[in-house]
Amino acid sequence: MQMPAPSADILARRTRITRRLREVLPGDAVIDDPIETRAYECDGLTAYRCPPLAAVLPSTTEEVAAVLRLCHDEGVPVVPRGAGTSLAGGALPTADSVILGVARLTQVLETDYDNRFIRVQTGRTNLSVTGAVEADGFFYAPDPSSQLACAIAGNIGMNSGGAHCLKYGVTTNNLLGVTLVQMDGTVLELGGAHMDAGGYDLLGLICGSEGQLGVVTEATLRILPKPEGARPVLIGFGSNEVAGACVSDIIKAGILPVAIEFMDRPCIVATENFAHAGYPDCEALLIVEVEGSEAEIDAQLGLIRQIAARHDPVEFRESQSEDEARKIWLGRKSAFGAMGVMGDYICLDGTIPVSELPFVLRRIGELSEQFGLKVANVFHAGDGNMHPLILFDANKPGDLETCEVMGAEILKLCVEVGGCLTGEHGVGIEKRDLMNVQFAPEDLEAQMRVKDVFDPKWLLNPAKVFPLAASESRRAG
Amino acid sequence: MTADALAVIRPQSEAELAEVLRGASAPVAIRGGGTRPVGLIQPGGVLETGGLSGITLYEPGALTLVARAGTPLAEVEAALAAEGQRLPFEPMDHRALLGTTGAPTLGGMVAANASGPRRVVAGACRDSLIGVRFVDGTGNVVKNGGRVMKNVTGYDLVKLMAGSWGTLGVLTEVSFKLLPAPDSAATLVWDGLDAAQAVALMSTALSLPWEVNAASHLPDGRTALRIEGFEASVEYRAEELATALARFGRSVRLSRKDSVTLWQQVRDVTPFASGQGAGDVWRLSVKPSDAPALAASAGGDALFDWGGGLVWLRLAEGTDLRARLGTFRGHATLIRASVEARRNLPSFQPEPAPVAALSLGLRARFDPRGLFNPGLMG
Repeated sequence: MQMPAPSADILARRTRITRRLREVLPGDAVIDDPIETRAYECDGLTAYRCPPLAAVLPSTTEEVAAVLRLCHDEGVPVVPRGAGTSLAGGALPTADSVILGVARLTQVLETDYDNRFIRVQTGRTNLSVTGAVEADGFFYAPDPSSQLACAIAGNIGMNSGGAHCLKYGVTTNNLLGVTLVQMDGTVLELGGAHMDAGGYDLLGLICGSEGQLGVVTEATLRILPKPEGARPVLIGFGSNEVAGACVSDIIKAGILPVAIEFMDRPCIVATENFAHAGYPDCEALLIVEVEGSEAEIDAQLGLIRQIAARHDPVEFRESQSEDEARKIWLGRKSAFGAMGVMGDYICLDGTIPVSELPFVLRRIGELSEQFGLKVANVFHAGDGNMHPLILFDANKPGDLETCEVMGAEILKLCVEVGGCLTGEHGVGIEKRDLMNVQFAPEDLEAQMRVKDVFDPKWLLNPAKVFPLAASESRRAG
Repeated sequence: MTADALAVIRPQSEAELAEVLRGASAPVAIRGGGTRPVGLIQPGGVLETGGLSGITLYEPGALTLVARAGTPLAEVEAALAAEGQRLPFEPMDHRALLGTTGAPTLGGMVAANASGPRRVVAGACRDSLIGVRFVDGTGNVVKNGGRVMKNVTGYDLVKLMAGSWGTLGVLTEVSFKLLPAPDSAATLVWDGLDAAQAVALMSTALSLPWEVNAASHLPDGRTALRIEGFEASVEYRAEELATALARFGRSVRLSRKDSVTLWQQVRDVTPFASGQGAGDVWRLSVKPSDAPALAASAGGDALFDWGGGLVWLRLAEGTDLRARLGTFRGHATLIRASVEARRNLPSFQPEPAPVAALSLGLRARFDPRGLFNPGLMG
C-alpha cells in the first residue's frame, strides 16, 4: 500500500512545529519523542505502520482549534484519531503529519431524557455512551463490534454500524448534531437537539467523511428507551442457499428482527473448536434476535419457527434462559478471536444485495481454492454486510500480498453484483485504490469537490479514501 | 435541445438530460410534479423530470426499491402495498397545504426531504434514501450510494442531495430501503391538554419501550399517539401505554378509519389547508421541550408533530416569525406565503456565516454556472 513521500520541507521544520504546538497546548499534550510516537504508528490495520512527526492530545475544542490553525498555517497534514480501532487504516499517519487524538475528550456534557439525546465529547467510547444512560432505561443504538474500545469520533468518521442496525440504523441515523473544527481553526455547530437540517444536510455529509472534512469534538446523539426484553434463536441449515432463502422469507413476512447473523461451515467449525458453544454440525447457521415483551417475543419466534420449518432446518434452538441465550451468542461473538487462534487474517466488509448471497458465497469458495487461502464467513445477513475473514501466515513471504489480492477480488465481486466495497469499516487506505472499481471518475470528482470546500489545502487526512493518483493534483496544491 | 429562457424542457432519459445541461445557457426551475413550490425561484426556463419515470428494481426480500426520479410517488406506493411494504418515513403530501395539483414524484419528495409523523422514530426521507444518481451543473452524471442499506464507501452525497431542493443537481434515480407494513395499528387520543402538557405526554410516551411511532398535538386540542405492529402486540402496548400515561387523563382508542384520517391530517397539515384567508404557514424545527414556549411567542395556531420537534404555525400574512422569536436553537422555514412576503423574507433560515460559506461553496462547485433553481435556498 503506497503512501505519499513525506515533505522534506516539513520534516526540516520539525523542531519549530513541535515548539509551536507546545505554545498552544499543555506540555504533556504534545508527544514527539520517537519512542512515544510509535504508539501512534498504526491503527487496527497493523500491517502498515509509520510514526507521525508528533501526536497531540488536546482536552478542549479551543485546543483542537488552536492546533488546527497552527498546522494550517505551517502547511502540516493532520490525521485525526479516535481510539485507533479502524480496520481500514483511517488513522495511519505519514512521517510529516501530526496525529490529533481525541482520547482526552471524554466528558458527558448533557443528558436530556425528555428530548432523548446525550451530548458527549467525541473521545468517549461507544459503550460508555450507553453506560451513561442505561441505569435510566436508555441506550445508544449503533453497536460496532469494537464498541468497548472505539470512540464516537471514529464512529462518526466511518459512519459505523453494528449487528443491530437492521432495526436501528447506523451512526448517521442516530447523530443529531456536532461541533466541528475546520482545518483553518473555524469552529461551527451543525444540527443540535432538533431533528433535521435547515439548509443542506452538512451533518450527513460529515458523517462517514473519514476525518477529511473537519475534526468533530462534540456530538449530540439520539438515545432510545431499552426494549423490554430480547431473545435469540439459532437455526442450522443444510446449505448456504437455504439459509439465505430463509433470511429473505423472514423479512418478507413482515418481521423485523433486531439482528440476523449468518455463519458458514468454516466459521462454525472454527468457533466451535475455540468457544465450545455447542453449535450444530451444519453448513450454515443463523442467529436471529427479536425484541419486545415475553408474549411479543413468543409470537415473533413462533412465526420465525414456521418460516424456518419450510426450509428444512437441521436444528431450531430457542433459548429457554439467559444462559442459553448467552451460549447462542457465544460462538458468534468469539468468531474473530477463534480466527485469530488459527492464524493471521484480514477481515473484509463489502455489502451485497441479500439475494446475491448464495452466488457470492459460492464464488468466495472458488477464490479460496484458487488462491490457496482459507476463508470463513460471518456477517450481518439482514442487511447484506459480509465479513469474509481470509486466513494467511504473516511469517510466510508473499502470503499477505496474496491475501490482499484475493481480498480485492472478493470486493470487486461485491461491486459486480450490485453492492459496495465497504459497509461499515470505511475506505481508509485499505480500499482506497479499489475506489475506481465502484466509482467513475466523475463520481470521485464530485466527492473531492466537497473536500475542496471544507479543506481547500487538503491537509486533513489527505492520503485516504481517494486513489492517490486521483487526489494528487489537489494534495500537491 | 437547449435550455432557453422560459422554455419547458422534458428530457426522456438521463443521457438526454446530461446533454441538455451541458449545452444549457440559461437557468431552469426543476419540476417534478410541481406540488411543492416552496421559496421563490427567479423566472427562467422549466426542466421537467416526468420523462424519467419507472421503477427499475424492486426486491421485497431485500427491502430495496430503485426508481427513476420522475416516477409518481403513487405508483411506487401501490407497488409497495402489493407486497405489504412501505416507505418508512411516511412522506408528507404538500398539495392540501399549498393548494397545488399534480402528482408528487419521488425526486420532488427527496429534494424536499419530505417526511411525516413516523419520522420521529423511523427517520426522515434522508435516512431511508440509500442511493442517488444525478446530473450536476456541468452536465456530468454522478452516482453515490447504491442499492444496499449498509454502505460507507466514499462521502455520503446521498444525504447532501436529500433536502437540497434541486439546487445541487437534477436527480435521475433514487434508491430506498423499505419496511414491512404492519398488520395492525392503534391510535390513542387525549383531549384538552395544553401544548406544554401535550409535549410532556409525548416525551414520556417516546421514552417508554412500547415503540410509539407517531406523537402529535393538533390545533383542535387533541393529542395523539400511534403504535403499529402485529395485532396482539399492538393490543398489549396500547393497554400498557394508556395505563402509564393515566396521569394525563383518560385516552380513547380511535377506530381504524379515524386513525388513518387523523394521521393523514397530521402528515399533510390539513388543518392549515390553503383557501380564502388561510394565512402564512411556517415550519419550525426545534428541541421538543422548547416547542410550547416558542409556539406561544409566535402566536397564531400550532400543530405539533414529532413529539414537539416539528411545529407547524399558521400566522397572519406577512408575519416575520424569525423577528418575533429572536434567537432560538433550530430553524424556521416559510412554507406558504404570498409572493410579496416571500420576496421580503428568506424562506429558508439564514445560516451562521461559516456554515453559509460551506453551503455557498458546495453550490458553486456542484452548479458552477448557477443553472439550478436560482434564488432558492439563500
